[in-house]
Amino acid sequence: MQNSPDPALPLLEVRGISKSFGAARALQEVDFTLRAGEIHALLGENGAGKSTLIKVVTGVFPRDAGIVRIRGEAIAPRSAKAAVAAGIATVYQEVNLLPNLSVAQNLFLDRQPMRFGIVREGEMRRRAKALLADFGLDIDVAAPLGNYSVAIQHVTAIARAVDLSARVLILDEPTASLDRHEVEILFGIMRQLAKRGIGIVFVSHFLDQVYEISDRITVLRNGRLVGERETASLPRLELIRLMLGRELAETTSARASAGEHRVREVCASFENYGKAGYVAPFNLELRHGEVVGLAGLLGSGRTETARLVFGAERADGGKARVEGAPVRLQSPRDGVRHGFGYCPEERKTDGIVAELTVRENIVLALQAKRGLHRPLSRREQDEIARRYVKMLDIRPPDPERPVGLLSGGNQQKVLLARWLATSPRLLVLDEPTRGIDVGAHAEIIRLIRDLCNDGLSLLVISSELDEIVTYSDRVVVLRDRAHVEELAGEAVDVGNILAAIAADSVAVALEAHT
Amino acid sequence: MRGLPPALITAIVLVAGFAACAVQFPNIASTRVVGNLLTDNAFLGIVAAGMTFVIISGGIDLSVGSVIGFTTVFVALAIERWGMPPLVAFVAVLALSAAFGAAMGAVIHVFDLPPFIVTLAGMFLARGASFLLSTESIPITAPLYSTVSDFALRLPGGGRLTAIAIIMLVIVTGGALLLHLTRFGANVYALGGSRATASLMGVAVGTMTVKIYMLSSLLAGIAGIVFSFYTSAGYSLSAVGVELDTIAAVVIGGTLLSGGQGSVIGTFLGVLIQGLIQTYINFDGTLSSWWTKIATGILLFGFIALQQGLVALARRPLTKRAGAAS
Repeated sequence: MQNSPDPALPLLEVRGISKSFGAARALQEVDFTLRAGEIHALLGENGAGKSTLIKVVTGVFPRDAGIVRIRGEAIAPRSAKAAVAAGIATVYQEVNLLPNLSVAQNLFLDRQPMRFGIVREGEMRRRAKALLADFGLDIDVAAPLGNYSVAIQHVTAIARAVDLSARVLILDEPTASLDRHEVEILFGIMRQLAKRGIGIVFVSHFLDQVYEISDRITVLRNGRLVGERETASLPRLELIRLMLGRELAETTSARASAGEHRVREVCASFENYGKAGYVAPFNLELRHGEVVGLAGLLGSGRTETARLVFGAERADGGKARVEGAPVRLQSPRDGVRHGFGYCPEERKTDGIVAELTVRENIVLALQAKRGLHRPLSRREQDEIARRYVKMLDIRPPDPERPVGLLSGGNQQKVLLARWLATSPRLLVLDEPTRGIDVGAHAEIIRLIRDLCNDGLSLLVISSELDEIVTYSDRVVVLRDRAHVEELAGEAVDVGNILAAIAADSVAVALEAHT
Repeated sequence: MRGLPPALITAIVLVAGFAACAVQFPNIASTRVVGNLLTDNAFLGIVAAGMTFVIISGGIDLSVGSVIGFTTVFVALAIERWGMPPLVAFVAVLALSAAFGAAMGAVIHVFDLPPFIVTLAGMFLARGASFLLSTESIPITAPLYSTVSDFALRLPGGGRLTAIAIIMLVIVTGGALLLHLTRFGANVYALGGSRATASLMGVAVGTMTVKIYMLSSLLAGIAGIVFSFYTSAGYSLSAVGVELDTIAAVVIGGTLLSGGQGSVIGTFLGVLIQGLIQTYINFDGTLSSWWTKIATGILLFGFIALQQGLVALARRPLTKRAGAAS
C-alpha cells in the first residue's frame, strides 16, 4: 500500500505537528488533510498558527513533532526549495518574484532553455507565452514583471509554481491586494487547477471569498486545530465562533455598569475619514471619559483605523476635529501634538525599546513632545518614572531595570505610562492584552476603566470580544475594511458583535430576535 | 535587454558632449583623438565592466584600484627581478587576483557581511601587499612590452587603435554578451532584485556571489596588466582611487547603484564620457585637470537624480492602481 500511490490516499496529510518557539507553543498536535483537486481554506485569527503551519510544512521552520505525507509518502523538506522538489509550492501575499527581471526570466529563472551556453531568449519567451496562455493571460513577457499589476504578478508566481510540477499549491492571502475583478480571474484559475487534480490550500481572512471558492475549511485557534468542516455545511456564524472561540449562547452580560447616559464632551471627531485601499471612509466620535472598542476579524481594518486616527497613516479624504477645531493629522508628530497617544500591537518591535530602562522608556514620548532643546532633568525623570511605576503597579518596582527583562503585562504598562506621561486626551490601544497572562489581563482592563473615569478618551482594539464588551461604552464593528456597525449602550454584547461581523443578514435576523 | 533606456540617455549625453567639444575644438572629431581616448581609458573600461556585474548584483567592489596597483608591481617584479617570462607572470597574477576576489565573495556570503566592508578590507590588503613587494616604481623593459606598445591598427584619418584598446573592446563586448545572453547574467540581475527571493527561486546565491567577485577581481588583474603596458612600469601607488572612478562610470552608464538594473554598454559609454571630459580639458590647456573630477561629480549627481526620477515614475502607476483597487 505504501509503495504505489493509492488514489484514495489524501494528497497532503499532516499529522500531529507541534512547534514551539522558546517557551511559546505555536502549534500543538495539529492535523491537516488536503485531497487532490480540492480547494481547502485554512482559517484562524492572528496568532492562530496558520503561517507557522505553512512554514513547517514547507520546511522553512523545522518541526518539533509530527509527520507530513504526500500521497502516503513521508517527506521532511529542509528548505522551501526542497519542498518545491517534493511537490509543494507556496505563493505568498508579497509576491516572491523579481520585479526587475522580465516575466519570461521570472518564469524560467535557473532553468532557461539553453543552446551552447546561451539562453534561447526567443524560445524562452515562446514557452512563457504558452504557459501564461493556460492561465488566460496574454501579456508581453519580455517586459519587466514590476510593470504589471499585483494580480498578474500573482498569476505569474502561480504559473511558475505549477510549472515546477507542484501537486500542492499553498496560496497565502493571495487576494489581499487584488480588486474584485482580479479576484474573479484568480478564482477561475484556482478552479481550473483544482480540476487538474492539484490540491490548493487557500489562506484568507475574507470570509466571503472563502465561502465562494473553498470546498472544505480547517480552522486553527491558538495553535490548535478546532475544526475541519465541509464549507457547505458550516454556517458563517458557526465559523466565526470557531475562529474567535466563543459560544454564542454565553453572551454574558458581564459588562461593567459603564452605560450611564450622561452627555460627554466630544474629544475628537472624524467625518468621512478614510484612505482609498486602506479603510473606507468612516464617521467616528470619541468623547471624554468614554471607551470606544473596535471589533472585527483580523484584517478588517481595525489597526488601519487606529493608525489613521493617530496620524501614522495619512487620510486622503474627510475631516478631523479635536475639541471642535479642525486639525490636520499628517504624521505621528501631529497626533502627539494634539494630545493623542498610540500603543501599537507589536509591542516588541514598534513599542518598547528593550535595552533601555523603565525610566527611559517612560519619558521617551514626553521628551519627544518637549523637543530636544528642553531636556527633562534627571530629577524630573525619576519623579515621573516613580509616579507611574506606583500608579500602574509596574513590577518589579525598579525604574532602572531594562524593560526587556519585564513580563509582557508589565511591558504593556510601561508603554501605557509612556503615553500617560504626555497627559494625552486620547489614547489608542491596539490589542493591549495580547500575549499577557490572565492575571495581568484583568489589571489592564481595570486600568482602562480607571483612565476613562479620569476623563481620558480611549479607542481600544481587541480580538477578545468578552474583554471589549466589558470596558467599552460603544463598539464599532468592522468588516472588509469598512465600519459596518456601531453598537452603543444595551446593544453592546458579544452576540451582536458576532452577528455584525458575520453578515448583515444575520445581524438583522438577530435584531429581530431580541 | 534591460536597463537600456538609462544607457540610451548616457549615449545621448556622450554624443551631445562630443558634438559640443567638436564645435569648440574641431580637431577633437578625429580618429586620432578617439583612438587615444580608447587607449588612455582602456584599463578603466576593463575594470568598470567587472564592476558593472558587481553593482547589478547589489554589491560593490572597493578593492579594484588596489588590485590594479598590486598587479603592476607583481608583474614588474616577476619580469624584471624574478626573471619570469611575461606570459607566465600574467597567468600567475591573474590566478592570484581571481583567488583574491573569490575569497572576498566567499567571506561576503558565508559571514553575511556587507560587501562595502569586506572589499574595503580587501582594498587595504591589496594595497598593503603591493607596498610590501616594493615601494618604488619599477620600469619594465621586456621586449614583449615594446612589441605591444608598437602594435596598433591604423584607422582612417591617422588614428591608431592600440593593442590595449583592442583588449578593452574585446572584454567589454564579452562582458555585455555574458551579462545579457547567459544564465549567469540572468542570475546576476536576480541577485540584484533580491537575494532572498533569488535563493527561493533556486539560484545558487553563494556560488554566484563568489563568481561575481572573482570576475571583478580577475578583470581588475587584467586591467592591471593593461595599465603596466600603458605605463611600462609597476608602481605600488598606481591606480589609487580608481575604484571610485570606476563606480562613477558604472553609475553614469545607467546602472542602478542599488542593483538589479544596468548594462555593460552603458558603463562603457560612462567611461568614454569621463575620458571625453579629460580630453576637453587637455585641449583647452588653461583649465586645471581637476576640472575632470568636478565635471564627473556634476554628471554623477545628474544621473543619480535622473535614476531616482525614473524609479519614482515607475512606481507611480502602481500606487495609483492600489488606490483604485478599493
